[in-house]
Amino acid sequence: MAAENNNRISSFFRTAGVQIAEPVVFIGKVVSQFPSLFRKRGFRRKEMLYYLDLCGAKSIPVVTLICFLMGAVLGIQAALQMRKVGTEIFVVDLVGFSVLKEFGPLMVAMISTGRAASAFAAEIGTMKVNEEISALETMGIDPAAYLVYPKLLAMLISLPLLAVFGDAAGIAGGMLVGSSLNIPFQAYWARTIAVLDQMTFLLGVAKTLVFATLITLAGCYCGFRASSDAQGVGRGATSAVVLSIFLVVVADAVITLLYSFIGY
Amino acid sequence: MTNAKNIKLEIKDLVIGYGDRIVLQDLNFHVRSGEIFCIMGGSGCGKSTLLKHIIGLFRPQSGDILISGQSIVNATAEERRLIMRHFGVTYQGGALFGSMTVAENIALPLREYTDKSRQEIEEIVNEKLELVDLAGFGNFMPSELSGGMCKRAGLARALALNPDLLFFDEPSAGLDPITSAGLDRLILSLREQFNTTIVVVTHELDSVFAIADRVIMLDKASKTIVADGSPADLRAHSENAWVREFLSRDGLKRNAGEQ
Ligand SMILES: Nc1ncnc2c1ncn2[C@@H]1O[C@H](COP(=O)(O)OP(=O)(O)O)[C@@H](O)[C@H]1O
Ligand SMILES: [Mg+2]
Repeated sequence: MAAENNNRISSFFRTAGVQIAEPVVFIGKVVSQFPSLFRKRGFRRKEMLYYLDLCGAKSIPVVTLICFLMGAVLGIQAALQMRKVGTEIFVVDLVGFSVLKEFGPLMVAMISTGRAASAFAAEIGTMKVNEEISALETMGIDPAAYLVYPKLLAMLISLPLLAVFGDAAGIAGGMLVGSSLNIPFQAYWARTIAVLDQMTFLLGVAKTLVFATLITLAGCYCGFRASSDAQGVGRGATSAVVLSIFLVVVADAVITLLYSFIGY
Repeated sequence: MTNAKNIKLEIKDLVIGYGDRIVLQDLNFHVRSGEIFCIMGGSGCGKSTLLKHIIGLFRPQSGDILISGQSIVNATAEERRLIMRHFGVTYQGGALFGSMTVAENIALPLREYTDKSRQEIEEIVNEKLELVDLAGFGNFMPSELSGGMCKRAGLARALALNPDLLFFDEPSAGLDPITSAGLDRLILSLREQFNTTIVVVTHELDSVFAIADRVIMLDKASKTIVADGSPADLRAHSENAWVREFLSRDGLKRNAGEQ
């Protein structure tokens, strides 16, 4: 009985160990290939441009729309509360800070989990089914480096830019609500400029660099570990989305805590 | 064994499998330079598994694999990549990179490992396409090619760096008999022109008798090699009745009926 329990416990730890070790090994593989980027032909511009288009340019409309609505919704909720005490002008502060610090970067990240993480996992999973990953390996090309870095670079460039679009759209959403509260655009803008500072904006945008890294790694990891069949590819894409949402939210909490130490 | 220099590929006491499960064990064989060597056996007996271990995609549980005298098992990651550049692999479905044209696929190893100019690479690509009878298809995407064409394009890519050792996984699987015979002729002409050593995994009898100098037969039940020799010889004289049957038409028909 005790032996059986022992077995169960040890097998639990072994399973847990594998689940922790696997991603760590994957990240190690990717990082260890970093120097290869600086070799001849190490940097794959064409692939990077493709992902820049997929994860960046093609996401602009949806990011803009969602952040605009998010800004408007925040504005309405804030207005409902502020009206009670007659301090409608603080709607501007609340929308501005919420969008710049949280909603802009977070919405961009959420949209990217759907667009990028799932696409990365499905692409790598399909390549695995077609033995393209094996083919890369037997050509002596490291699949982790070959496939991860163009995506990572594209994400590191596109997410901060998307966040800028998102921030602008969110504040525009707040403005629309503000105008219905008798805060004219000029007054809204003046207040926005007055209360928000550059650092708040930059720290918010900087968050997306962390999100971009997590989303890319989660997407690629789930693709590489997907089982080599059609269902495996589908499941890989799903778990890529779930894993990256989870990682983004956890990272956001940690970053918010860290920022609070420096007073933001 | 009299002439070690002539041995291109040597397998010593190899045990392979996935996780704790052993798929094949007690494997000992070698392939000579310039030989066309077939690995045969019923489906699910571990042919592909053996191939994937030989080309270094998986680590064996024990034993050694020597390619031109170098162990791919004990090599460091960097050494393994170096060994891999000296052989070519043609995968079952071609394994062309879907995001690149056929020409870009073939050019990839050249751009990766040589200092050749764009012009030179283009020439080599065209030459390889010609070799596999796909001249003019360089600008096609893999999705626009038929199954047989994908395999030939995959072969062209495997040949890009002029390897002297070539591995084939099921060249005739999923092809009609005429296309498949064409691929057999291609394999023979490669050996004739370049003296390439060719290892083929297949269960296609016609192919085996057309191209193979020597075959090994793998058996699922005993998990090891049950016969090693020239196909005609084994069919006529093997001590193992199952081998004789497998290599004869009757056996094939009965096997096909079982599946
Ligand atoms: N990646 C894998 N993980 C675990 N088992 C596998 C894997 N690939 C194949 N197998 C198992 O190994 C055995 C041999 O498979 P395979 O080498 O594909 O046979 P063959 O190519 O001769 O038809 C089968 O029982 C198969 O289920
Ligand atoms: Mg097979």
